Amino acid sequence: MSTEITHGGHDAHADHDHHGPAKGLMRWVTTTNHKDIGTLYLWLSFIMLLYGGSMAMVIRLELFQPGLQWVEPHFFNQMTTMHGLVMVFGAIMPAFVGLANWLIPIMIGAPDMALPRMNNWSFWILPFAFTMLASTTFMEGGAPAFGWTFYAPLSTTFAPDTTDFFIFAVHLMGISSVMGAINVIATILNMRAPGMTLMKMPLFVWTWLITAYLLIAVMPVLAGAVTMMLTDRHFGTSFFDAAGGGDPVMFQHIFWFFGHPEVYIMILPAFGVISAIVPTFARKPLFGYSSMVYASASIAILSFMVWAHHMFTTGMPVAGELYFMYATILISVPTGVKVFNWVTTMWKGSMTFETPMLWALGFIVMFTIGGFSGLMLGVAPVDTQYHDTYFVVAHFHYVLVTGALYSIIAAFYYWVPKWTGHMYDERLGKIHFWWSTIAVNVLFFPQHFVGLAGMPRRIPDYSLQFAEFNMISSIGGFAFGLAQVFFLYIVIKTIKGGEKATDQVWEGATGLEFEHLPSPPPYHSFTEAPPVK
Amino acid sequence: MIFSKLSRRFSVVATGLVSMLSMSVARAEYALNMTQGVTPISQELYSLHMLVFWICVGIGVVVFSAMAYSIFHHRKSRGAQAANFHESTTVEIVWTVVPLLILIGIAIPATGTLLDLEDAKTDADITVQVTGIQWKWKYTFVDEDVSFISSLAQSSRDVVKDPTGNENYLLEVDKPLVLPVGKKVRFLFHSDDVIHAWWVPELAVKQDSIPGFINDSWATIEKPGVYRGQCAELCGKDHGFMPIVVNAVSEAEYEQWLVGMKAEAAAAASAADQEWSMQDLLAKGETVYQANCAACHGPTGAGIPGAFPAMTGSPIVIDPDQAAHIDIVVNGKAGTAMSAFKGQLNDVDIAAVITYERNSLGNSVGDTVQPSAIKNAR
Repeated sequence: MSTEITHGGHDAHADHDHHGPAKGLMRWVTTTNHKDIGTLYLWLSFIMLLYGGSMAMVIRLELFQPGLQWVEPHFFNQMTTMHGLVMVFGAIMPAFVGLANWLIPIMIGAPDMALPRMNNWSFWILPFAFTMLASTTFMEGGAPAFGWTFYAPLSTTFAPDTTDFFIFAVHLMGISSVMGAINVIATILNMRAPGMTLMKMPLFVWTWLITAYLLIAVMPVLAGAVTMMLTDRHFGTSFFDAAGGGDPVMFQHIFWFFGHPEVYIMILPAFGVISAIVPTFARKPLFGYSSMVYASASIAILSFMVWAHHMFTTGMPVAGELYFMYATILISVPTGVKVFNWVTTMWKGSMTFETPMLWALGFIVMFTIGGFSGLMLGVAPVDTQYHDTYFVVAHFHYVLVTGALYSIIAAFYYWVPKWTGHMYDERLGKIHFWWSTIAVNVLFFPQHFVGLAGMPRRIPDYSLQFAEFNMISSIGGFAFGLAQVFFLYIVIKTIKGGEKATDQVWEGATGLEFEHLPSPPPYHSFTEAPPVK
Repeated sequence: MIFSKLSRRFSVVATGLVSMLSMSVARAEYALNMTQGVTPISQELYSLHMLVFWICVGIGVVVFSAMAYSIFHHRKSRGAQAANFHESTTVEIVWTVVPLLILIGIAIPATGTLLDLEDAKTDADITVQVTGIQWKWKYTFVDEDVSFISSLAQSSRDVVKDPTGNENYLLEVDKPLVLPVGKKVRFLFHSDDVIHAWWVPELAVKQDSIPGFINDSWATIEKPGVYRGQCAELCGKDHGFMPIVVNAVSEAEYEQWLVGMKAEAAAAASAADQEWSMQDLLAKGETVYQANCAACHGPTGAGIPGAFPAMTGSPIVIDPDQAAHIDIVVNGKAGTAMSAFKGQLNDVDIAAVITYERNSLGNSVGDTVQPSAIKNAR
């Protein structure tokens, strides 16, 4: 009884029941509503996907055939660098934060995020950060051209002045991520409806809770790395300059101490999404809920202990290489558990294959392929041949595009009827899936072959033996790019209208957002805590 | 104007497409897999690669078949009723333990191979120091007093716009590294500027060359032949244009090559004692400039604004006092991409290129720089 008063009583008076959003542009600038901020994040990430994607098109165009036909090597390096930065920090990460904003409160029965004003700020930092980063393309010296991993000393002593814009943009993105993560943790730990114990939370909430801790742990490390770069560049320090007693390899240790957990920051919430979608369309509860939670936590912990597997060719001592090899291949155990659990969830289910399920199945198959190549890369001696080739490029695109991005698209199709109250066009959704899936495999599968055959990554031009597969890859790339423009059309069409969605949306859907909220939910939902079974 | 340019490019693409497709028909052998290479280590790596690959294929077949079976049989449209099981401790323990055992099966051979791979120090017959320099490689035979720079061949540079039919495009150098077969060669890696990585797939050697560090690796080449590779670590603008060519020959041929290299060095040293004419300096300087300076400062001396300074009208270049110009070429400029060329070029080359920069590329100071001046500046 007393809980109910604290949760509903006071607020109900202050906040009018039908208090809607403000009108016009200022609604979006000043909003503290988790749904509005979620929408803003998702749109930003879509814009960044198209921006980063257009740079990928430039890359694939130049690599369409041997020789330099379209761009200069220096500009090509700017494209690969900016493509990586924009996709990682601009497309994938904000998309998951957008999903977290939209979904965590309505999944745990909270009225909003715990820190709504900070929520507004953590979003609005990002457009400025990316404008600053993108503006370097038009400056003398050009955009960052040292790869998204910005290894020193190429990014310090040897980089143009525009690098300082990059450094501050990364700082801003880090601040935004840390604030977002604090908000997620505060919301999940403090705002769950009575009865929503930790082990009853949907896996998406669990994986985001773990992700948020990863973010808080590693974004400051990245901030430290770029700050050391800044002082090396301008204030006479020599953190990474061997001539001054510094250590270029230390840069890589610091970067990958951030960078490897970052990989899981981009994939753990995806696991949460898939764990929501598969049971719905199999009409059967998720197999091994608690082992999924423990597997996610193990992956997160292991992710801090494997960073130097990105550095097998830097001349580490044998003992170090052995340790990092063992720890790395160990990650495939909890990751395998997840895949087995999803497959077993489908086993003896009653499956239907609406668009979200198609994307989820695509995720499971292709993410597993990316996992296999990951296991191969983890075997330190053979990494001698794989390292810094297109085999690596194929690997991380299988886990990031057909992994993370596929889960984001799956999440869109799964929850957009709940968000907007409109069903998307099922026929178009299926076309989008099959078009993308064929294209993405034409795009990335041949890259395994050219990588194994000896094509290094990040080169603007290649010898003739790699020509056929690069051309095939480029054709797949253009088709995949076009498919995402088609996706934009589907998104706009769904927002504008469409068949009315039911409150439960999917026959097999469970969870507070489907059982206790109308589609679309009111602007302020769960002002009173829902009952949790 | 733009349209005509675009349509020209599209026609290039179209012809390229047609020629590629016909080429793929003509050439039966695709490079799909890792090379087995020509060293004991490269063969070990290949076997390990195939082992892990087939394990992955096996797991994939099991997992994807289960999934496919389920998708086909347990679908609502076939009247499947959903079961309600959602836990089984036994099953979950099994699929944690079995993968663990498979991993141990991978880790054991991998550990052995890694220990072999890292054993560069034992019984090396020849030691070659490899220095990465933006964007070329310097090879120094530690016991032989032979040292030279190897960079992308002019035959590749000339056809970057359309390399169709150019065999070994981007994989050809002016001076290959010559090594004897059957000898254990230890490589020592170092860099003068940024991080590079020396990679020859057939030798199974890929090692970063890092400023301030010396890394090592080794190879015993078992078969004579020409083995090609590339820089594998992004090292700036021309990262894609610093190939490696290793020419593996019999021991007698190798000895002969060493004698030839020493004679060449002696001839270059005596050339440095002569007085050179403006004409000869300019002719040599142009070659040296295009091979060593043009990547940053541009073939016409225009540079890249904001990244690399222009030669044309540069205050250092057009200063009638040659001292600063000689100094920056010989000693480089600390804290920038300008490297010290004293370790890369001989006196004649440096004298020629400075003369060339002062009297070409839109500059006309009118003086010459003699090799003797470079000798004094070292």
